[in-house]
Amino acid sequence: MELDAIFAGFGGQGVMLMGQLIAYGGMHAGLNVSWFPSYGPEMRGGTANCSVVLSDGVVGSPVVARPQVLVAMNKPSLEKFEAKVKPGGFIFYNASLIDTKPTRTDVYVVPVHANEIAAELGNDKVGNMVMLGAILAATEILSVDDIMVSLKKILPERRHHLLPLNEQAIRRGMEVVTAM
Amino acid sequence: MAERVMMKGNEAVAEGAIRAGCRYFFGYPITPQNEVPEYMSRRLPKIGGVFIQAESEVSAINMVYGAGGAGGRAMTSSSSPGISLKQEGISYIATAEVPCVIVNMARGGPGLGGLTPSQSDYFQAVKGGGHGDYHLIVLAPWSVQEMVDLVGLAFDLADKYRNPAMILGDAILGQMMEPVTFKSEPIDPKDLPAKPWATVGLSGERKPNLINSLGLLPEHLESINLRLQEKYKKIAENEVRFEGTDVDDADLVVVAYGTTSRVAKSAIDQARKDGKKVGLFRPITLWPFPTKQIQELAAAGKRFLVVEMSAGQMVEDVRLAVNGEASVEFFGKLNGAIPTVEEVYREIMSRF
Amino acid sequence: MEQVFGRPKALSEKRLHYCPGCTHGIIHRLVAEAIDDLGIQDKTIGVAPVGCAVLAYDYFNLDFQQAAHGRAPAVATGIKRVLPDRFVFTYQGDGDLASIGMAEIVHAAARGEKITVIFINNAIYGMTGGQMAPTSLPGQKTTTSPYGRDINTVGYPIRVAEMLTTLDGPAYISRVSVHDPKHINKAKEAIRKAFEVQIQGLGFSLVEVLSTCPTNWGLSPREALKWLEENMIPYYPLGVFKSPEEVSKVGA
Ligand SMILES: Cc1ncc(C[n+]2csc(CCOP(=O)(O)OP(=O)(O)O)c2C)c(N)n1
Ligand code: SF4
Repeated sequence: MELDAIFAGFGGQGVMLMGQLIAYGGMHAGLNVSWFPSYGPEMRGGTANCSVVLSDGVVGSPVVARPQVLVAMNKPSLEKFEAKVKPGGFIFYNASLIDTKPTRTDVYVVPVHANEIAAELGNDKVGNMVMLGAILAATEILSVDDIMVSLKKILPERRHHLLPLNEQAIRRGMEVVTAM
Repeated sequence: MAERVMMKGNEAVAEGAIRAGCRYFFGYPITPQNEVPEYMSRRLPKIGGVFIQAESEVSAINMVYGAGGAGGRAMTSSSSPGISLKQEGISYIATAEVPCVIVNMARGGPGLGGLTPSQSDYFQAVKGGGHGDYHLIVLAPWSVQEMVDLVGLAFDLADKYRNPAMILGDAILGQMMEPVTFKSEPIDPKDLPAKPWATVGLSGERKPNLINSLGLLPEHLESINLRLQEKYKKIAENEVRFEGTDVDDADLVVVAYGTTSRVAKSAIDQARKDGKKVGLFRPITLWPFPTKQIQELAAAGKRFLVVEMSAGQMVEDVRLAVNGEASVEFFGKLNGAIPTVEEVYREIMSRF
Repeated sequence: MEQVFGRPKALSEKRLHYCPGCTHGIIHRLVAEAIDDLGIQDKTIGVAPVGCAVLAYDYFNLDFQQAAHGRAPAVATGIKRVLPDRFVFTYQGDGDLASIGMAEIVHAAARGEKITVIFINNAIYGMTGGQMAPTSLPGQKTTTSPYGRDINTVGYPIRVAEMLTTLDGPAYISRVSVHDPKHINKAKEAIRKAFEVQIQGLGFSLVEVLSTCPTNWGLSPREALKWLEENMIPYYPLGVFKSPEEVSKVGA
């Protein structure tokens, strides 16, 4: 089993964390994993992305050129990476900010109104968790538990009161897919 | 088994060094290795160590010279342009035989270059780098786990041979996160073997120690050089490390190190599925280079494809090893992007 | 704070890449305006540093050379000695000038090299992501002084303008700030004066400009201006430290 994913969006949309959670979750599930971020002044332009690989074998290149899973939180990210997704793969896009649908027909396309759902939950910051939920439901690569255990590890102690909200956001994201 | 923790390569090499008993770190900011000094600035003051952000790489490497000469396990890290600045100091350190570890998370050059990963510092690392006839022990990790394992080995080899050792990584290995396991207990610097040659003060018991690289009299300079060459021979005989995968039955052997060897590994797995007899030979010590092992593969009739993120540097050492007895071809990337699995796969397939 | 009138000729049309609220951009404009005012665009050569201003060569309509980290004053020396009738300036950050390039700046100043140095003091390393600079304030938290700059282990900030004033080589040295319109006007005057000193062949000139780095200070642009005023100016007093009487009031 091997999964190659790219998470992309504005700085501040939590794309790095999303990628890290999948990687940590994969580690928790006993897989080999890697996470590779964009870094340095290229981040100053405001766009950020990271590559994540999960594998039950050795992780080869940590830099994903042709992802099975693309998560695009804003329009420039979708434009940049859409063509690169492997046939049969997934495009999850943030329908709150992206008004033009992906044109690919050989991949599964999952629109998620991440910002609206986050706002409904009362915290604009959990849009990334909503997205994450959709990914879990559609790909079935990891369980909610894998992610929550990881989140508990990454989140500083003083913010652990946010764990239930995050779990709620993940579950709402899962519902988006099950309702499709 | 010890717990797996996720770490960035830069943090792992720093934590690995601390666990190997390193308590003295001197550095200067440069992307893409900034997490190394940042990690050290957080950790070392808490455990009785010293972190100094030097005013330049020139100064940082000379602080290492002093600290290593005084018997401490000392380290510096930088990326390509900064490593160039350190070369004067490294030449002195090698000649004065001061153990220390230098980390290079290489980025694209030449000149100010860019921030993308690169393997174009290979020559500088393995052929000396500064002036004079000398060598560093050069270790090339291919994963975050090996950052930890090899930095520990680097300190041990540096002490064993009184020679500077280098970890040659790249921007990807520094920036990526992977699970690592800390396999052995942290070393308490107090438990490390004594260094009777160090300049720690006479205490009235012995002749003065001298850490020096000057040899004004020709006979003296010659004797220094002969001693160094003798030592390099011993290191070359005893410390070669490499990993071969699917090499035995292979017709084509891909030679690659570091990040590139991971890409090659994925491409090779794919080509194997297509029934192609191809294997991976991964030097772990870039100096000493696994010359003999490559010679043997050539003698066994194998062909070679060397893959690097450079215009072709390690390929020269492969050619020297093969010495005309087998074909050695090259595939390289110069534009700061790493070769993709698809590209390397195509390169492999086009050779069957 | 954006000036409403047009773009100086010496400034290119390229969009600046600086972070929102970063004062590097204002200082670029002041330099370009001074060059326009003095009518020396065709005779001026700039030297870009390594730092956030590494792309300065893109933003000025001038011939430029890009120097290695800290070495701009040496590169400028080389240019000026080949072209003594041209005007040469460097634009350098505090890491570039006061850390790795301390030897080059001190010796260019000591030689009385007839160049102009625009020194941007933002008390931090911007480009590399917020490490401690030689000008970071006591107690200031940075990514390599995570517990705050501890003067017992890393010593004190360097006051570059005052330090170089102890040398006989420099003809003009001043420190200015760009945290409000009044100070921006003064900064412009100082930069112009520094170029005049060079035009009149009087010697080395340097303007230290206190500047913001909202990104790595972790502050909003507005808070950053306030932080500069309240924390930097007390440590780095503004003023003219050295000035030749001979410098005329009006430009060439
Ligand atoms: C030899 C060398 N060492 C380190 C670097 C990395 N580096 C790039 S910019 C910079 C310092 C930037 O700080 P500063 O000069 O204060 O300018 P600012 O970015 O704050 O404007 C450093 C250390 C480099 N490019 N070359
Ligand atoms: S990092 Fe700081 S100095 Fe650099 S552009 Fe951004 S605000 Fe300006």
